[in-house]
Amino acid sequence: MDMDLIANILFATIRMGTPLLIVAIGELVCEKSGVLNLGQEGMMLMGAVVGFMIAFHTDSLIMGFIAAIVAGALMSLLFALVTMHFYANQVATGLALTILGVGLSGFIGRGYVGEALSSAEFQIPLLSSIPFFGKVLFSHDALVYVSIGIAIAVYWFFKSTRAGLIVKAVGESPESAQSLGLSVLKVRYMAIVFGGSMAGLAGGYLSLIDTPLWAENMTAGRGWIALALVVFASWRVERAVFGAYLFGLMSIMHLVLQSFGLAVSSNLLATLPYVATVVVLVLLSRNQQRIKLFAPMSLGKSFHGAH
Amino acid sequence: MDLSSKNSRLFLDGITKRYPGCLANDDISIRVDPGSIHAILGENGAGKSTLMKIIYGVVKPDSGKLYWEGQETKINAPVDARKLGIGMVFQHFSLFQTLSVVENIALGLDQNTSSDLDELAERIVEVSAKYGMPLEPHRLVHTLSTGERQRVEIVRCLIQDIKLLILDEPTSVLTPQEVNSLFETLRQLAAEGSSILFISHKLKEIQSLCDSATVLRGGRVSGACNPREESTTSMAKMMVGDETQISSEYPKAKDSLQDFLSVQHLNLKTDDIFGIDLKDINFSARKGEILGIAGVAGNGQTELLSALSGETILEEPNVIVFPDSDLTHCNPMQRRALGMGFVPEDRLGHGAVPDMSLRDNALLTGFLQGLIGRGFLKNKAIDGFTASIIDQFDVKCGGHNSLAKSLSGGNLQKFIIGREVLQTPKCLIAAHPTWGVDIGAATSIHKALIALRDQGASIIIISEDIDELFTISDRICALFDGQLSPIKPTNETTIDELGSWMAGVFGRQQVA
Repeated sequence: MDMDLIANILFATIRMGTPLLIVAIGELVCEKSGVLNLGQEGMMLMGAVVGFMIAFHTDSLIMGFIAAIVAGALMSLLFALVTMHFYANQVATGLALTILGVGLSGFIGRGYVGEALSSAEFQIPLLSSIPFFGKVLFSHDALVYVSIGIAIAVYWFFKSTRAGLIVKAVGESPESAQSLGLSVLKVRYMAIVFGGSMAGLAGGYLSLIDTPLWAENMTAGRGWIALALVVFASWRVERAVFGAYLFGLMSIMHLVLQSFGLAVSSNLLATLPYVATVVVLVLLSRNQQRIKLFAPMSLGKSFHGAH
Repeated sequence: MDLSSKNSRLFLDGITKRYPGCLANDDISIRVDPGSIHAILGENGAGKSTLMKIIYGVVKPDSGKLYWEGQETKINAPVDARKLGIGMVFQHFSLFQTLSVVENIALGLDQNTSSDLDELAERIVEVSAKYGMPLEPHRLVHTLSTGERQRVEIVRCLIQDIKLLILDEPTSVLTPQEVNSLFETLRQLAAEGSSILFISHKLKEIQSLCDSATVLRGGRVSGACNPREESTTSMAKMMVGDETQISSEYPKAKDSLQDFLSVQHLNLKTDDIFGIDLKDINFSARKGEILGIAGVAGNGQTELLSALSGETILEEPNVIVFPDSDLTHCNPMQRRALGMGFVPEDRLGHGAVPDMSLRDNALLTGFLQGLIGRGFLKNKAIDGFTASIIDQFDVKCGGHNSLAKSLSGGNLQKFIIGREVLQTPKCLIAAHPTWGVDIGAATSIHKALIALRDQGASIIIISEDIDELFTISDRICALFDGQLSPIKPTNETTIDELGSWMAGVFGRQQVA
């Protein structure tokens, strides 16, 4: 087989997997604290549109990314306020957040459809000219490396810091955490806002780097896939990384098979990541023990602590 | 009053705390000296827990002063309490099951003391060995027994410089032998100068352990005494007031030989990683007797109950047999139709639906008592049934339509027991029938169970409260690690023998 082709497939896999990885890591932290935020799709879209608008006007990718993160964080703050202070149901609120994000992003982005950014390619000098590995590993945009850095940082956070321990503890039993004098509300607020910032960042990645333009609903269900990914990873960071790239590969499968000349309907192939999500979830749910050990026990439940 | 705070470790002066609709603590004053083991005695709802939460900084008092070593002090949060050297062991453990022992302990310490987990692990081994409570720091908490979990809570307190240790009903989860070793540890601590606040309603334990006691009733101090100079009856009187009758002797059933419900070779593999497999359980419950099954929580009680009630349906036939029908494959509703009744362990969420009214909860299992006709609800009958439960079992509530979750634990327990007993089942299986219920109510529940027995019902009680089992059961046995000990008539066995069964010391050859 053609080495160049394989290098291209792996390159695209990592590129497609990156936004999934960023969202999934954010949601993983959020769920570890016991909060289920189904609003990923909405937060991503808001990040995408706001990031694009700011980058378009300032001509600065950095400003665009900062705006995307802020937009995602603000959306998640709304979620936190409604679920933590008014004890609204997390599932319903998350769904509402997605619907809000889809509508609002479409509304404020109307004037930007069809506009384009002048995208700047970023490559690591020297390393990127290594044959094969240079292409696969060292010729990506900066955010690919940033996302891996974030994953490592979160892994380390849960493995070796007291703060990580506190997040896990709050997610397992907010009642116990409170009786030890830990602030459940504060921990969950921070986890939710981290999740929102990551979703915003991932949205920005789509509209600023992946395809430097804005189109309505351009996230195309990636927020949902990321949610499934967290379960797939059974709330472990290293598996989320693996899962994100696996799903990245799935989502370019139709291109790959076409390039091999296989005549399968591209529409059918484009459903692969979604089908894979369902299959993975069904397979994983069969093993209740594993879920019980790693799932945050208080996931999705409102906590009515004494204030 | 200021004078009496001199030389004391902790002195509470006129603590008052009001909640909407109830005065939880009313002008409570207590003095605890260094090295003293001080009992706080009282029934459920007497205000013990609120008072402890005030000392530990979880709840703020409305008025009153707290003196720590003679100085007036404000404790605003558990962090402040820990800084002073106050530690608390909660009744419902505040442990995180999926974390390890050392991680759990680190979370209860303050930031600067817990940065290095390896160092902390060494300290845990050292401290736990010193006080005779061996612990493996890297085990996950869900693999520990209840007694070991309690050790984690205690070691968490001891690892700091402890000056006052508060224990909330610590013995309710222990075997008698474990209770003894806990008491050894507490005496050693007191001898080193720590003060201990020991909350309990078990009078005998308080007599053997404590050197002073404060009795609470209805949020007020109703008496103070030296438990060693009082009789259990006199302390019980202070605790419940004079009106309530406390009877602790019931006639045993006449010898009954008629086997009723029999269980043969019950094996159950659980899917729950926190659960226990049942291994070849054999017993039969007789007509007109109460069979008591003792055991520390987490030794298969949950699994046994779910097999008996039909929530878990076993595969093999002829395991659970009623006089003339094989129940093994019947679901819970079919079992109820045949005359069985159940009181599950978890009263809120399992025994009753928290967000439904008492009336609807009564209907949930009482639907066979003529409350439904041709698919329609008979509202009058339902009201009547609910009213009789509330009246006969003295359930304190706002009326038929109060939500189950609005009742206190003890009252809800009375409601659930009443609901089952009033259906006069032929066989009643009840878990922890008086868990969290005050002495007066416990007595009335016991009387109802005895009356049901005397009508010829067969009753199985699964309980952790050994005193209770000795009081009401006719035959007794224990569950350990999913296996059942031999069954003996209650008056032919002793607490020590039962205790050793609960610790797994019984000839298991007939089980193997």
